[in-house]
Amino acid sequence: MLSSQIKSNEIVFGSCNKNLLEEIIFYGMGLGADFVEVFIENTDNSSVLAEEDFITSVSPSFGRGAGIRIFKDKKDGFVSTNDLTKHGLMRSVSQAVEMLDITDNKKREVFNGLDKHRDYSLSKKTWIDEVPSIHEIGEKLLLSTESLKKNNKIITRKGSYSRNLQEVIIASSDGTYVSDIRLHQTVGLNVIASDAQYRSSGSRRFGSSGMPNEFRLWDHEQAANDVFESSMNMLYADYVDAGQMPVVLANKFGGVIFHEACGHLLETTQIERGTTPFENKLNEKIAHESVTAIDEGISEGSFGSLSVDDEGMEPEKSILIKDGILKKFISDRAGELRTGHKRTGSGRRQNYSFAAASRMRNTYIAKGEHSREDLINSITDGLYCKSMGGGSVGATGQFNFAVEEGYLIKNGKLTNPVKGATLIGEAKEVMPKISMCGNDLELAPGFCGSISGSVNVTVGQPHIKVDSITVGGR
Amino acid sequence: MNSKEITTQISEAADSLNLKKWDYGASFSNDYSVQVDKGEAKQLKASQKQILTIRVWNESNLVGITTTSDISKSGIKKALNQASIASDFGNKNERTDFSPLAKDPIEVKDSKKRNPVGIKKLLTLLREAEVKLLESHESIKSVPYNGLSESFYERVYANSDGAFRSFIKSQAALYLYARAEEKNKKPRSSGSVKLGYGVEDIDIESCIKDASNKTISHLNYSFIKTDKYLICFSPDSFLTIINAFSSMFNARSILDGVSLSNKNSIGEKLSTEALNIYDDGLHEKNISSSPFDGEGTPTKRLCLINKGRLENFLHSESTARIFKTIPTGHAGLGSKVSVSPDWIVVEKSEENFDLKTSLDHSTYEGEFVYIEELNAIHAGVRASQGSFSLPFDGWLYKNGKKISIESATVAGDIKYLLKNIVNIESNQEVTTSGISPHIWVDELSITGDA
Repeated sequence: MLSSQIKSNEIVFGSCNKNLLEEIIFYGMGLGADFVEVFIENTDNSSVLAEEDFITSVSPSFGRGAGIRIFKDKKDGFVSTNDLTKHGLMRSVSQAVEMLDITDNKKREVFNGLDKHRDYSLSKKTWIDEVPSIHEIGEKLLLSTESLKKNNKIITRKGSYSRNLQEVIIASSDGTYVSDIRLHQTVGLNVIASDAQYRSSGSRRFGSSGMPNEFRLWDHEQAANDVFESSMNMLYADYVDAGQMPVVLANKFGGVIFHEACGHLLETTQIERGTTPFENKLNEKIAHESVTAIDEGISEGSFGSLSVDDEGMEPEKSILIKDGILKKFISDRAGELRTGHKRTGSGRRQNYSFAAASRMRNTYIAKGEHSREDLINSITDGLYCKSMGGGSVGATGQFNFAVEEGYLIKNGKLTNPVKGATLIGEAKEVMPKISMCGNDLELAPGFCGSISGSVNVTVGQPHIKVDSITVGGR
Repeated sequence: MNSKEITTQISEAADSLNLKKWDYGASFSNDYSVQVDKGEAKQLKASQKQILTIRVWNESNLVGITTTSDISKSGIKKALNQASIASDFGNKNERTDFSPLAKDPIEVKDSKKRNPVGIKKLLTLLREAEVKLLESHESIKSVPYNGLSESFYERVYANSDGAFRSFIKSQAALYLYARAEEKNKKPRSSGSVKLGYGVEDIDIESCIKDASNKTISHLNYSFIKTDKYLICFSPDSFLTIINAFSSMFNARSILDGVSLSNKNSIGEKLSTEALNIYDDGLHEKNISSSPFDGEGTPTKRLCLINKGRLENFLHSESTARIFKTIPTGHAGLGSKVSVSPDWIVVEKSEENFDLKTSLDHSTYEGEFVYIEELNAIHAGVRASQGSFSLPFDGWLYKNGKKISIESATVAGDIKYLLKNIVNIESNQEVTTSGISPHIWVDELSITGDA
């Protein structure tokens, strides 16, 4: 009996918790669960804010908790708790089983104990000592806000840094037993420019995963120049006239449109809900033949990369769309169970208080053959979206994205800057209109909020041309 | 540990670390929620959560802060230690102190705390609601977004000067978003949200009816011509706009240079004299009301716009000191204390002679666009610039008929919008974020099918 092997009555990070985890899982399976998963997390975060020439906020935080998920048939019960004692975890298992109203505890799946520990954290234990100190971060942020002090039209300068160190243990009744340490660092610059009645803003964010030294390598001067230039270009811009027109979307964060408008519709959670128009379109053409789209979690250092997902599976490189043909959906454990699409190492969650769901990682449109100039030269009257703001997708698939920095295209040339532009459309209508892809694929970090909370992702694309889209304006 | 014991623990740990001045805010919650899918339980959730935020002041009177979910003895000591280290980087240019009102009496109301009904009851009620919604119209094929939840929580504020406040509440929420499909038409979706102190307070039938009616009312749709239109904002959509631009009333935003207002804006005419706006966190209809803010300052009703003129700003302790006034009860505890409104109440003032009272959304026969709900606020609002461009759900009223508008955005400038209010209807409606009547605005740009 495993209970005799128990050495600890509480989860201890950095120690072997196998016996305790096995007892928790056995307990859940004994109560009739088909599947039991334990996700345990320990976090150590800090953030720093520089405004003008001062550090105005330093916010450390730490915490720990567990998420227990139990499946019976296709339904699941999820309980989260801060109590990592054996008693607390057992109580959570009982609560999850009780919620599912499991009464048939005879027909049970078999748990044969946990597999050999896969410890992805071994080479990462020194990260916490290698990341920059608060002093070092503060000094560099102040250098960055100093670099933004370029003229008296810049009235607000901000630099922000955030570091999240997450240690996880994942164990489940299919034998999965995994540990990992994740490190995410992000730094952002924001300015507001003002002159009489004119106002503009500019912002850029940079981020990495698993690279403790990355903040030290961040070129704050180039970032400051970029943000300053963007805000000054937009300061006196006129509002764009609304209409249908061809647009060129810049690389890097331009990929947010694909992420929001199409990527989410390829997550199995959308199939479960019946809210994706692509549900029965596997191996059918859903986009222009120039479009190949990928979701992967393996690019070294990218913000959405993982050694292992939050369900203990190594992430794969998923080719979602190949030459316009839909090839794959992004799937997690529940997605595989409920829709039949194989897991892709995409089970992700913000923290222990969320059940994992199928979520994107690094998602991008693959590069094509054209130069940026080829795309712009092909347009007589249109819009160049150099920098995108945020956006959203409605319940029936319509998307809406703000253009932070835009320029009119006239006779194949970039002309006046314009503000207030919004791109409006639907993925299934816009995807076939992406007729040209540039050869300058670049990625950009971001945060994606959805069913399992906010997770780190990368969006990306080369410059792309959309033949026609609705541009909202005044 | 209960909140008194935690206060004692913090006090003893602070003494052992020679930290003489501290305060903390904490919340302890138990939440339960269910989702269903075509009659079956989909996901059932329960969570027990605790969050503790501790601030300490060092010998130079600089503040450091730490947040943790670990309220064990060792966790509290570690949090105090980290906060002490962080205080070395405290903001020398804007010092924070205890709220001078942190020990003032708070308005004690019946919290109307309910008892848990339990997951099984939640599931039964949500299943029944889903069935009824699906049966309400043949075009409603699914309810892809649904949930019924109940939460029980305690919030605490205490400091080393002897302030101690806490309150216990319960809250329940039901949301139903239906999806309707008809042949050769795009799927349409809409829904409804209802809040209550407990599940028994939620009008489930009304939520089903609202979700059904709203969804069905969008079945017949058409693109709208890009142009300028007379607009009627629903109470919900007008409150969304006011909340999105609440930095106009926010002293923190003013000091940070991200507000359209400045220190001298009090008294500035922003709108028709017929408009009054209040922040009233203690309003009896505010299910989420809290008797004190993150700094322990009592919550109170505050007039923001009086007869069209800016009347007051929202303050924390430090912004109030800088503006030479008193805190207003709108602070959120953090390394940099945030400021935000609680519950916006919009009403017609007595000075309403210039309004076009013939504009009534239920009787007006001329052409106008009714905006039911604004979407994508985080993406389409530039609060520091005053501009917005937002997708919306709504209808075009024309020739006595109404038709749902497909995929359109409304764009404009908040100052222009407020100055071009042409009617404020008499009847106020309660929403999940405040209270407002229908508001009419002349000449806003709508982008539809060009």
